[in-house]
Amino acid sequence: MRARVLIRPKAGILDPQGTAVERALPALGFAGVGNVHIGRLVELDVEDPSQLEPMCEKLLANPLVEDYEVQRLDGSG
Amino acid sequence: MKFGVLQFPGSCDEVDALGAARRVGDAELIWHGERDLRGADAIVVPGGFSYGDYLRAGAIARFSPAMESVIAFAADGGLVLGICNGFQVLCEARLLPGALLGNANLRFTSRQVDLEVVEPETPFTSACAPGELLSIPAKHSSGRYYADAPTLVAMAERGQVVLRYAAGENFNGSVEDIAGVRNEAGNVFGLMPHPEHAVDELIGGSADGLGIFQSMRLALEGARA
Repeated sequence: MRARVLIRPKAGILDPQGTAVERALPALGFAGVGNVHIGRLVELDVEDPSQLEPMCEKLLANPLVEDYEVQRLDGSG
Repeated sequence: MKFGVLQFPGSCDEVDALGAARRVGDAELIWHGERDLRGADAIVVPGGFSYGDYLRAGAIARFSPAMESVIAFAADGGLVLGICNGFQVLCEARLLPGALLGNANLRFTSRQVDLEVVEPETPFTSACAPGELLSIPAKHSSGRYYADAPTLVAMAERGQVVLRYAAGENFNGSVEDIAGVRNEAGNVFGLMPHPEHAVDELIGGSADGLGIFQSMRLALEGARA
């Protein structure tokens, strides 16, 4: 099956990339933007979806500093 | 005594680490694909961009065959020094607490920094004086040390913060100005700045980094005596 893993910095940890984008948007005329955070997206085909969780814990995310969310994309792959 | 210096695809400071280690003992390179640590008495995990720093700095390197051996070596009490990318690898391998995140200034930064020796009685700093300032170069884009609050409290109680950036020197935004930490057992140490680049006043402007390598030698000799 096809799966998507969303990885983002844990709440409360300084996210300088998010801050930089948050500051850049008003400069381009986009007002009213706040709380911008930037993470990573991993898409993969996996035969055994039960492996997704341990994959995230061991490699795809660093659970000390990142949260992750696994999405199973049905009907593709 | 002999230092083993790991070499990953993408390492770039292994030769300087080898040169620094050879000022105090023997040293040889160990390719990442090898499991045999060649009888090394101490291991250096050097700086660079192992495996291109893909995913996260150090995330892939920690699974290399050589690192599997280093993890076992550390569990047996062997001395392990991680510099810059090596520090990131040791954190990813959970040999050291915390993690290294992108610099708060969002830039790759290369500059000389002053480091305060917080813990002078470790196998990595015994040649330094308490409170001594070491002038050592730092060059990285992901050097912002982070550990959560309970971890920081536990580390403080156990004297695990070995080096701090001196006032005004914390350019990467590290929590509590932390520049170098050791594990609970005290035999694994990592720092972002590069002591191996500061071993000769003629070409580095400072030889303050040599103390780290001398301390490791002293610790090994003491253990044998």
